[in-house]
Amino acid sequence: MIGNTPFAVCMVLVLLGLWALLFRRNLIKIVIGIKLIENGVNLYLVATGYVRGGIVPIYTYAPPDATMVLPTPQALTLTSIVIGLATTALMLAFVVVIHRHKKTLDGCKVTELSG
Amino acid sequence: MKRWVTLAAFLVVAGCLLLGGSRMRPFGAPRFDLMDRYFNTWSQEEVAANNVVTAIVFDYRGYDTLGEATVLFTAVIGVALILRRLRR
Amino acid sequence: MSVVVRTVARILVPVILVFGGYVILHGHLTPGGGFQGGAVAASAVALVLVAFGAPSVKGLKSPFSTLEDLGGVAFVVLGFVGLGFTFFANSLAGMGGLFGSPVPTGPNPGYLNTAGTLPLMNWAVGFKVLGGLGAVMVLFGLFGGDDDR
Repeated sequence: MIGNTPFAVCMVLVLLGLWALLFRRNLIKIVIGIKLIENGVNLYLVATGYVRGGIVPIYTYAPPDATMVLPTPQALTLTSIVIGLATTALMLAFVVVIHRHKKTLDGCKVTELSG
Repeated sequence: MKRWVTLAAFLVVAGCLLLGGSRMRPFGAPRFDLMDRYFNTWSQEEVAANNVVTAIVFDYRGYDTLGEATVLFTAVIGVALILRRLRR
Repeated sequence: MSVVVRTVARILVPVILVFGGYVILHGHLTPGGGFQGGAVAASAVALVLVAFGAPSVKGLKSPFSTLEDLGGVAFVVLGFVGLGFTFFANSLAGMGGLFGSPVPTGPNPGYLNTAGTLPLMNWAVGFKVLGGLGAVMVLFGLFGGDDDR
């Protein structure tokens, strides 16, 4: 049956992002790895609020006498997604400026602090 | 040498995450839901909105939305400061 | 870009903006709201930037910045409306007038005239997100536009 499989799948997403963050040298791939970690955490937050046999918590055209899913994790995930967007925009701006100045996208070659 | 240490640390973190993720509360039966049941029952009388998630984001927890608007504003200011064109 | 992409982009940009406005407007009745509708409407700016290249968004940095400022100021001013109780109280709900009718409990087809200050807050946040994302995309497009091509 289903068991706890959705939680384990979210953890697999976080682990894939962590692997891309640790073992790759291209700067854009590191940014993609951080984005994968954020996506896995957001999916995990929404999955904790599921009630078996529930519908979306909206009263417009709802079937009568239905149990609803918990709405609070969905409201907090909205804030988390917008904060992830702000972080990604700043990281990509840094990558563009590094490429303009050093002419390279390798993470092991940009180790000086000034210049 | 550094790669083997990183690989060992990554495997330890992977084991902890997978083991902890599959031993959570059973999927589909959350245990602490007193606040969400209050939101589901009383949000149509107090807020007069059909959408419970929007009522939580803008009325019951409006301060979090104010903080999030500030974070978005700060991110745009940061990007505009980094990507400016200096006169040479 | 080729002729096909440019023609389809000219047709699709008003449709995307209207759909974003629809998602923002019905935020208290259907899934959606301020943040989601603003993100949908900002994808029209991305479509213009991809289809027509960097010189087509040259004069658009200050309109998007003004739009974001107006949205943020309107959001804080709407918080001061319900200052009789607390800072963010929803004092227009169920009191008649603009957006004031009460809602019958239980499942119902949605009525647009309900939910107090919620639709006004949806518009403020929608303009703020559209202005912010549009300004970020225009900044990225204008920075990389002076490479030797």
